[in-house]
Amino acid sequence: MSWKPGPKNIRWWQAGVLAAVFVVWHLLTAPGLLPNIVFENDKQASFFFGEPIAIFGRIWKWFVVDADIYRHLAVTLIETVLAFGVGSVLGLAFGLWLALAPTASAILEPYIKALNSMPRIILAPIFAVWFGLGIASKVALGVTLVFFIVFFNVYQGVKEVSPVVLANARMLGASQKQLLRHVYLPSATSWVFSSLHTSVGLAFVGAVVGEYLGSSQGVGYLILQAEGTFDINTVMAGILVLTAFALALDAAVGRLERHLMKWQPRAGETEKL
Amino acid sequence: MLTPTMSRTPTALCLEGVACTFANRDDPSQRYTAVRDVSLAVGAGEFVSVVGPTGCGKSTLLNVAAGLLAPSTGAVQVFGQPLAGINRRAGYMFQADSLMPWRTALANVRAGLEFRGAPDADAQARDWMKRVGLGGFEDRYPHQLSGGMRKRTSLAQTLALDPDIILMDEPFSALDIQTRQLMENEVLELWAAKKKAVLFITHDLDEAIAMSDRVLVLSAGPASRPIGEFVVDLARPRDVAEIKLLPRFLELHAAIWAVLRDEVLKGYAQKLRSA
Repeated sequence: MSWKPGPKNIRWWQAGVLAAVFVVWHLLTAPGLLPNIVFENDKQASFFFGEPIAIFGRIWKWFVVDADIYRHLAVTLIETVLAFGVGSVLGLAFGLWLALAPTASAILEPYIKALNSMPRIILAPIFAVWFGLGIASKVALGVTLVFFIVFFNVYQGVKEVSPVVLANARMLGASQKQLLRHVYLPSATSWVFSSLHTSVGLAFVGAVVGEYLGSSQGVGYLILQAEGTFDINTVMAGILVLTAFALALDAAVGRLERHLMKWQPRAGETEKL
Repeated sequence: MLTPTMSRTPTALCLEGVACTFANRDDPSQRYTAVRDVSLAVGAGEFVSVVGPTGCGKSTLLNVAAGLLAPSTGAVQVFGQPLAGINRRAGYMFQADSLMPWRTALANVRAGLEFRGAPDADAQARDWMKRVGLGGFEDRYPHQLSGGMRKRTSLAQTLALDPDIILMDEPFSALDIQTRQLMENEVLELWAAKKKAVLFITHDLDEAIAMSDRVLVLSAGPASRPIGEFVVDLARPRDVAEIKLLPRFLELHAAIWAVLRDEVLKGYAQKLRSA
């Protein structure tokens, strides 16, 4: 096998980049390994940036030795899924309603714009007061983030229904209800699915930020705890776990999307006969 | 000449003094009259074509007949009943792609039957897929079908409901000439079997003569109206490719073209001016 980067060994090169980052990180932070350039003290680099080996030790401990992170991961995952589910359903319902009711949409337009342009993360403290420090306040934060993504996509999806397809369905005898079920909804959901990556990502952000701002469990809580004791290694470990988790979530969404959107043409697909 | 021809068969579709005026959305004082003074009748089982230059409001007429568009003035009657809302007795084959992209070919053909709650929708749809020569393509999505196959699916979708009136808006204009002749013959065969009233819009005079019992010529827009009506007295069954060689076909073609030519030139000149 040749060493030149190519389609065959691209995974190895990608892994190599990751390994190189960790090696450089280790070299720069391990106390006493290199002479001090920036910091006055041997320990300072690792205090600020953490040490990869200690970080992996922490992760190993979480997952294998103590096996106590699963509870926190489960909480974060439940919050993400709930936020995504509730936000999508609300967004879908409101989007369909407003897209099909021009008067209501005209009246509410400025308010929706205002709510959307508001930095919704600042609602987190209010939600903590309203819903407590448990799961509910994180879900609420995630819902506010997911809702608008889904809402705007559904709105667009309904507006962009091909007039010919619509007229055809009406000629085929579709009632208003059937139009909603068989034309508007599929068109709107296709737009929702195309924004699935964004909305799942935002649900995750809502959960973690919510936890970080005040909670008693979840990965965000672990990070918050570690930060309180200046345990930078645990903070970094938490960040790495969250990143891996987000990647896994994204991959799962990608699979779901491919399955659900198989009716949509993809570039370069030659299957015409 | 402009009064609807009274045939022995009952009138399936009748437009009387129909005019369609559209207001400009940005400037309501600006009006555009697409068609006016249109009176036409299609007998049950009759195949009528409407030809006219580009942009003469042919599709507008069809939308009026389908009940998708209410005329500004005039009346539409379907089997003697005034039309209000969607024309339930008509099937409409659109010019553009009208299949639901999220449904497979079979599910598209089934759609109308489903909407009407037919108990054996699936079996009927499968049967129609075979009849239009698409057996084996049931599970394909529209984007996986060629243009001709999509048109066949549309045809099956429309005919599966067994409408008494079939409205066709340049259904084959996007197809290559061979596919087109094949489909024209197939449509004629299906029509001969069921004898429905057909209102067929086209810009292709050959197609109009080859397929119809009667050809109506529309004037150039705006405010187009019928300016000629020709009965096509060619024997059926016809083959659209072979019929074009008959002397009678050429005679009819020459006669209709004499009326149509000036309108085509007018329509073309208008297009150049507005461009």
